[in-house]
Amino acid sequence: SRSSSRLSQGITDLFTKRKLDEAALEELEEMLIAADLGVTTAARVAALLAKSRFDQEISPEEIKSALAEEIATVLEPVALPLRPDPANKPHVVLVVGVNGSGKTTTIGKLAKSFRDQGLSVTLAAGDTFRAAAVEQLKVWGERTGSPVISRDQGADAAGLAFDALKEAQARRDDVLLIDTAGRLQNKTDLMAELEKIIRVLKRQDPMVPHDVLLVLDATVGQNAHSQVEIFRNITKVSGLVVTKLDGTAKGGVLVALAEKFKLPVHAIGVGEGIDDLRPFEAKAFARSLMGLD
Amino acid sequence: MFESLSSRLGDVFERLKRRGALSETDVSEALREVRVALLEADVALPVVKDFIASVKERAVGQDVVRSITPGQMVVKIVHDCLVETLGTAEDINLAAAAPVPVLMVGLQGSGKTTTSAKIALRLKTLDKKKVLLASLDIYRPAAQQQLEILARQADVGSLPILMGEKPVAIARRAMEMGRREGYDVVILDTAGRLHIDEALMAEVAEVRDAVTPTETLLVVDAMTGQDAVNLAREFNEKIGVTGMVLTRVDGDARGGAALSMRAVTGRPIKFLGAGEKLDALEVFHPDRVAGRILGMGDVVSLVEKA
Ligand SMILES: Nc1nc2c(ncn2[C@@H]2O[C@H](COP(=O)(O)OP(=O)(O)OP(=O)(O)O)[C@@H](O)[C@H]2O)c(=O)[nH]1
Ligand SMILES: Nc1nc2c(ncn2[C@@H]2O[C@H](COP(=O)(O)OP(=O)(O)OP(=O)(O)O)[C@@H](O)[C@H]2O)c(=O)[nH]1
Ligand SMILES: [Mg+2]
Ligand SMILES: [Mg+2]
Repeated sequence: SRSSSRLSQGITDLFTKRKLDEAALEELEEMLIAADLGVTTAARVAALLAKSRFDQEISPEEIKSALAEEIATVLEPVALPLRPDPANKPHVVLVVGVNGSGKTTTIGKLAKSFRDQGLSVTLAAGDTFRAAAVEQLKVWGERTGSPVISRDQGADAAGLAFDALKEAQARRDDVLLIDTAGRLQNKTDLMAELEKIIRVLKRQDPMVPHDVLLVLDATVGQNAHSQVEIFRNITKVSGLVVTKLDGTAKGGVLVALAEKFKLPVHAIGVGEGIDDLRPFEAKAFARSLMGLD
Repeated sequence: MFESLSSRLGDVFERLKRRGALSETDVSEALREVRVALLEADVALPVVKDFIASVKERAVGQDVVRSITPGQMVVKIVHDCLVETLGTAEDINLAAAAPVPVLMVGLQGSGKTTTSAKIALRLKTLDKKKVLLASLDIYRPAAQQQLEILARQADVGSLPILMGEKPVAIARRAMEMGRREGYDVVILDTAGRLHIDEALMAEVAEVRDAVTPTETLLVVDAMTGQDAVNLAREFNEKIGVTGMVLTRVDGDARGGAALSMRAVTGRPIKFLGAGEKLDALEVFHPDRVAGRILGMGDVVSLVEKA
């Protein structure tokens, strides 16, 4: 795509018959910044490369591969799929994130993938706030053959989640996916509402939710740090999903997030369709970031 | 979580104790910190570079006002340049024969549908306009219903939904209903789309050609990172943007995307979305956005008092 090929072209221009000197390193650092890695991480990654290759003649291909390897090393430990524990009936996954990041769509895609594995899935329409949020999730329920538990718009989200849990338990479902309304992490009242959902679920079963997925939009820049930090403090986020990687934004901030928070990245979203969910693969992600492959 | 520019510049301020004109070295040193602050605020790199160059040109050789330090002087120049680049507040342009078509475009989930309803409510209450909302989003589940519900909340008109109708046909029908029923403004909400999605970009260009909108508003999330330049450029080149709306400024993002988009398109930022409720729409204030990007309202007001 555009940004990665621009990045790749930039590196190609920069290192054709050229030494890896101060000026070259600085430009390299800037290219990483332009991929959303952030100033600090970009400097660190570039410095790692300098340590081994400084003042050497180095080809564009070498530099790209070397950088991709550095980045893949950072990402490798967090590339872990989401695996519902069959002992949990149901395995409860609470899905959280800022407005419009792709929570509801990701739930639809996850439901599809679990259904394909032969699991029974129930969806809980925990976004009782946004207009037509319930209707949106119901469409995903139909598409994936998963029952949707809902209440009217304006109802108490925690109450709905509690009911959904009881119902899914009674049915001995394999998975319960709970949608929530989008909320910006700096809104304390909305974050308190999220705490309440978890508190109420725990009253029924202290082990629930088994997973809390934070859905991040790859288009977002450095604010992703604040999103992960605050959502993690309030909900014990257990893993991330990064959406909209089919665009020109490559989600470079994930490199810094992986270093800092070490949260598993369970999957990536690469489109609006039901099958547009992929496992997160460190090497492929890093190479795409460097405009390789 | 971000170091504010004022604390970043603290050390530089300390060293810049000398009076008189700003030297090139003083300025360069201060601007290195400004550059980092802008990048951390998600201003796109090429925009940062141009911006720093123009600040430098303006700052070197300037006399430092007696009451402030050279560092503060640099910050003031940075702030002024930022405000200038961000442009002045401009109201929505409705200077055309009624019904005036307004086209809303942007990436998936940026806030188009919500903003459409917010603008409708604002035009209704502030300008006493009769507004019709129409959803051209036939892709996202329940998108048309979402706009219909919001139209009811805002108490404005809503184009009846016909299942299976294509976006261009919906747009034509909306304009027709607008004419027939004496609407002043018809707001066309579109599906979210990637600027590199050829088919969907062609589709919205076709809608544009069918209705010749007076305003084509690009709706962008304030949290957008470096990609803001790419998406703003492409939307502008392929569809022709007349103004922009920055949503989710109620969050804690520094909002550098505002500067990036403004710099690459030259189009004004018309509104800020500051919440999920329909009355959470603000007119654009360049000085407030500038202070936020720099993360330093404090120093700016201090410098302004000087
Ligand atoms: N291109 C692309 N679009 C996506 C992807 N994931 C979600 N979307 C789109 O992004 C928009 C927002 O997705 P939703 O699933 O409604 O997001 P949400 O987080 O539930 O939004 P709220 O509930 O309003 O906070 C929709 O138009 C989706 O189709 C993806 O991986 N790629
Ligand atoms: N906090 C906050 N949320 C907003 C703002 N504007 C929109 N939202 C929320 O962002 C989410 C997405 O908004 P929509 O209006 O559905 O976005 P869209 O661009 O129409 O999305 P698609 O049609 O899927 O592309 C919803 O949860 C809105 O409530 C804003 O200014 N502040
Ligand atoms: Mg949702
Ligand atoms: Mg919409």
